[in-house]
Amino acid sequence: MPSLIPIYLPIAEMSVDVLLILGMGGMIGFLSGLFGVGGGFLMTPLLIFIGVPAAVAVGTEANQIVASSVSGVIAHWRRGNVDFKMGGVLLVGGFLGSSIGVWAFAALRTHGQIDLAIKLLYVVFLGTIGALMLSESLRAILRSRRKLPPRGKLHQHTWLHGLPLKMRFRRSKLYISAFLPLGIGFFVGILAALMGVGGGFIMVPAMIYLLGMPTSVVVGTSLFQIIFVTANVTLLQAINTQTVDVVLAILLLIGAVIGAQIGTRFSGRLKGEQLRGLLALMVMIVCIKLGFDLVVTPQDVFSIVPAIGH
Amino acid sequence: MFIRAFTLTFLAVLGILGATSSARAQQELVADLSDHLVAITTGFTGADVLLFGAIEGEGEIVVVVTGPRDRVTVRRKDRVIGVWANVDSMTFENVPAFYAVATTKPLGEVAPEDVRARQEIGVENINMRPVGVDAAVPPSQIDTFRSALIRNKTRQRLYGAEVQPITVLSDRLFRSRVHFPTNVTTGIYTVSVYYIRDGSPVHAQTTPLQISKVGIGADVFLFAHTNSAAYGLIAIAIAVAAGWLAAAIFRKV
Repeated sequence: MPSLIPIYLPIAEMSVDVLLILGMGGMIGFLSGLFGVGGGFLMTPLLIFIGVPAAVAVGTEANQIVASSVSGVIAHWRRGNVDFKMGGVLLVGGFLGSSIGVWAFAALRTHGQIDLAIKLLYVVFLGTIGALMLSESLRAILRSRRKLPPRGKLHQHTWLHGLPLKMRFRRSKLYISAFLPLGIGFFVGILAALMGVGGGFIMVPAMIYLLGMPTSVVVGTSLFQIIFVTANVTLLQAINTQTVDVVLAILLLIGAVIGAQIGTRFSGRLKGEQLRGLLALMVMIVCIKLGFDLVVTPQDVFSIVPAIGH
Repeated sequence: MFIRAFTLTFLAVLGILGATSSARAQQELVADLSDHLVAITTGFTGADVLLFGAIEGEGEIVVVVTGPRDRVTVRRKDRVIGVWANVDSMTFENVPAFYAVATTKPLGEVAPEDVRARQEIGVENINMRPVGVDAAVPPSQIDTFRSALIRNKTRQRLYGAEVQPITVLSDRLFRSRVHFPTNVTTGIYTVSVYYIRDGSPVHAQTTPLQISKVGIGADVFLFAHTNSAAYGLIAIAIAVAAGWLAAAIFRKV
């Protein structure tokens, strides 16, 4: 691969083209600005695809998401769209989950199953979420064409609301058991550590459909807790596996910041359900590509890695 | 840029060798490298190192370049419920991170099999040994894993699949070039030069070659490995500052 401006990444231990990395950051940033998602679920597979070791891709992406979440949360905070109490409870679960996730990551790496685990998790979660979003936005588009009234209220009481340790969340206008956000935070924390994502794509639907939070505070609150969960992942990966490449992270975030601003400006021109439909389509493409890699016969069934633990 | 410097050095050496050839009559093999240090800088895109020297009398020259030795695990994938998963592995020790060989004639013609095996001449003769393999494992399986390791290293361009040529000028001066790709491992490399006459090595010379990271990249790597917690905290601080800065800048626009 001829490089125009080569730069040697000190942790990934490889040479990449500065323009390629800036371009990737810009493209994913544009999409995240357009759709209002973090973009980690697109960036991590893309980094692995250009040859960055999976472990470095996950560790570095966590570091970059810290930056994009900080810049995102400031805008929401100014508008008062962050429920700090809810974010705090989610965070407690998130800290526990991401710490276990980093530990599981190291264990899977020792047994040579980390690449498979990352790809399987991506296929399962992107496939499920993509399919749900796609069908939902298709229905919404059809409904708006037929001019039918919108769906009734989404928030319904289930056994989940009968759990003990009830807490009041004023900003979200909720009085629910703390175990619910704790559990969601914990689960998403594990995924964040293993998949190199912020987890917004799971957190946001979980907050809307499981907790019944008002849509206005969902994104800000999700971003708020993602900052701390990804910061925790960054720190633990730096200590345990030394897989956080700051040079790569800085290059990615320069591109992402610029791309996100352009994307945000474009997002006003598209309708909500069209945006969701497009995002769902993209999620499905990444999912199919990764799923295809898992089943297609590899070029060489043998692979080599430096021996760990001796 | 390397090549120009090499040519100058090469010519200088040529002159010195010519002047002192009578004094060095005892020494039948003299060799050196154009560089004893390959620096991996921020703009590193691989490097070429020139090996040059002089011989006295009739014979063949073999140059073997080996990287630092470590353990490497080879994993084998197989279909498990439709998907390809790692199912089997074997770890080898004494595996050089890099291997290249250059000769004046095809390998089979310079030295008999036993000499090549002893001096690790040719990828198939690298003295890598399986670790923790019990006696029940058939040698054919070890061979399969061993050749898979060599195949993977060759694909990564860390092992030379083909024997590189050595140019000999007027039966006295020789030179050969070794290329190190960007994914080369840091450490002390060994460059061994064998002077082989009638199939047996009569002279050998070993020169070390250091490949190391220099500059900011080296500092970052060292810091990440020696002060991991501080490195992680700084990485987070940079990200927070960059995110805040971005929000501040674009608020005004």
